[in-house]
Amino acid sequence: MDFALNDEQRLLGESVERLLADNYTFNARKRYGQEPEGWSRAMWRHYAELGLLGMPFDEKYGGSAGGPVETMIVMEAFGRALALEPYLAAVVLAGGLVRLGGSEALRADLLPKIASGDLILAFAHAERQSRYNLADVATTARRDGSGYVIDGTKSLVLHGDSAARFLVSARLSGGQRDQAGIGLFLVDAKSPGVSVRGYATVDGMRAAELSLSGARTDAAIGTPGATYPLIERVADRAIAALCAEAVGAMAAMHELTVDYMKTRKQFGVPIGGFQVLQHRAADMLIALEQARSMAMLATMMAADDDARERRQAMSAAKVQIGRSGRFIGQQAIQIHGGIGMTMEHSVGHYFKRVTTIDTMFGDADYHLGLLAETGGLVAA
Amino acid sequence: MDLRFTPDEIAFRDEVRAFMRSALPAAIRDKMIEGRRLAKDDLVTWQRILNAKGWAVPHWPKEWGGTGWSPVQLYLYRDEMQQAPAPEPLQFGVNMVGPVIATFGNGAQKQRFLPRIANLDDWWCQGFSEPGAGSDLASLKTSARCVDGYYIVSGQKTWTTFAQYADWIFCLVRTDPAAKKQEGISFLLIEMKTPGITVRPIQTIDGGHEVNEVFFDDVKVPAENLVGEENKGWNYAKFLLGNERSGIARVGISKARIRRLKQLAALEQAGGKPLIEDERFGAKIAAVEVELKALEMTQLRVVAAERASNGNKPDPASSILKIKGSEIQQIISELLLEVVGPYALPDQVPHEGDERWNEPAIGPDWAGSLAPQYFNMRKTSIYGGSNEIQKNIIAKAILGL
Repeated sequence: MDFALNDEQRLLGESVERLLADNYTFNARKRYGQEPEGWSRAMWRHYAELGLLGMPFDEKYGGSAGGPVETMIVMEAFGRALALEPYLAAVVLAGGLVRLGGSEALRADLLPKIASGDLILAFAHAERQSRYNLADVATTARRDGSGYVIDGTKSLVLHGDSAARFLVSARLSGGQRDQAGIGLFLVDAKSPGVSVRGYATVDGMRAAELSLSGARTDAAIGTPGATYPLIERVADRAIAALCAEAVGAMAAMHELTVDYMKTRKQFGVPIGGFQVLQHRAADMLIALEQARSMAMLATMMAADDDARERRQAMSAAKVQIGRSGRFIGQQAIQIHGGIGMTMEHSVGHYFKRVTTIDTMFGDADYHLGLLAETGGLVAA
Repeated sequence: MDLRFTPDEIAFRDEVRAFMRSALPAAIRDKMIEGRRLAKDDLVTWQRILNAKGWAVPHWPKEWGGTGWSPVQLYLYRDEMQQAPAPEPLQFGVNMVGPVIATFGNGAQKQRFLPRIANLDDWWCQGFSEPGAGSDLASLKTSARCVDGYYIVSGQKTWTTFAQYADWIFCLVRTDPAAKKQEGISFLLIEMKTPGITVRPIQTIDGGHEVNEVFFDDVKVPAENLVGEENKGWNYAKFLLGNERSGIARVGISKARIRRLKQLAALEQAGGKPLIEDERFGAKIAAVEVELKALEMTQLRVVAAERASNGNKPDPASSILKIKGSEIQQIISELLLEVVGPYALPDQVPHEGDERWNEPAIGPDWAGSLAPQYFNMRKTSIYGGSNEIQKNIIAKAILGL
């Protein structure tokens, strides 16, 4: 039982934080958001140089074989900086699927390109009707000669408008919500029958709606029809990563708020002297520390092989992160007053990011339901 | 970062678990599970079993019975004890006055008191709060004048838990009325049978009698019963309150109560099916389980930090543990109340402990204690420094406001 980082992890944290402190001020972020893809290719190259883009991959694929703790460190720093780049989409999600489910040939082909920053790969999974159910896949895959033909539409493909290729989940057999029968296919963005509609999300990030109409592919990840457990494993890694990012954002909001309380004067005194606000700030700290504890739990359970225990830990973490994020975000805006309502101040942007994180991979209510259905955390 | 305990720690936990299982008398365990009141004898019996094992005061200095356990071992010991569920050793002795005497007392005081605290030969109670000094403890008025080798104590203490059982009371008294309010306070040990002491029971909203008023009318206390230096009592009190908070998350107790909650919710029917299968009730239980898991992790972080710093300086983060721990205990008690539904109504407390009462329980066996427990649990956010005081501490000590 140990919550400390080792020396290498501390070093990693310091170098990421330094890079972001130098290059990711709030004003810089605004500029990056206005670039053609809605994020900074220059920063992406910095991340590649620092080894962040290949971090989870084996050394032979240009990575450093980092685990969930390393991902947590990077994501928390991204959360503090409100980084716009497709790290979750390309490295954690798509990279995770290839790393954990791809054939040796696919890994050797794709992972080095992700690690070098040359390839943006996106995971196209959710659909209009699926809400948060990972098994709800209506998109179909049909065998055709040596390959597959895919038909369907995918929603909220994170950074889908920057992706050169997609990992698309599609159903080969079974009912729409069956876990069995789902395959994962590598589809080129430029293939005939593929159309991408990119858009900004409310938190300033990017996503796309993807439509596939007779799109052909020869490449599958894992065993077509039996990829659900892989999807779940990688979704759990993503949940742990998002929890860490949310903690970074919440910590930043809390610090901004406490600093504001010390400097903002009304009635001739700093508003931090008012007990009603002091207690609110204390409540925010409690919510933050509880969230941090659960993000750590999620990190330490993210690679666990026991799917039931792992899923329960992720659900519990997602509930806590969702609730803490909502509370801290709303209170941070409230205590900042009018200035917190403006686009010019960073606090509102943090608020919007934690709001969107709650809706990714299942919100607090959804995961509370899952926990209750599976008997909860304390054995009766 | 690693969630796992070491093989040695797991072996230790298993040893503690096995001991709790075999050594805890069944009658005491049943009362704990059912949430019924423990008698004085139950607490004495159990603490003496622990003391015979050498485990009553593990956190004390080794020469006075401490075990030298690491913070992780201490955590595991408390967690297993709470989950058994077993009562904890009497905290007024073991966690409050004991460490104060061991740290600030003189040799004779240690010799005289510590072994008897460990074995619960002396039952101690706490004389801090007064009618006019609750959250603002330093405004206390009970006075002690030093005359001919005695302190003459006059005044009133209140909320004194188990004063009706106590042999001794440790008191904060004002020895210098002219000094600034924190600076004129001393820490005095007073034998309860000394002439001039009157104990008056306070009945709380749960119908029980845990707390009392204690009146001092020119009570003669030998000067040798002063702990440390005169007028330095506030420092010792702060030390004591810091210790009090560190064990206050009560994660193990809450786990045991959730287990009970789920068992009862499986027995109670609602709409033709067990209440536990009701989606809304299930979500409420899951929500408190998440809170508890987060608290457990937060507590482990505090324990790990304590191990790393090697110090026994109270961590201001313990205020977080106190606030969350008390809130969670209260939520669970609410859910237990809701589980029994209308059978929470019959007032069965007056018959508890009445030997002549041998009528069957009204409603299910488990129902009678749940409403009183719910009422009783409201105390947890008030005692030990109210949750509002804890937030003041967080604002000042952690946030610098």
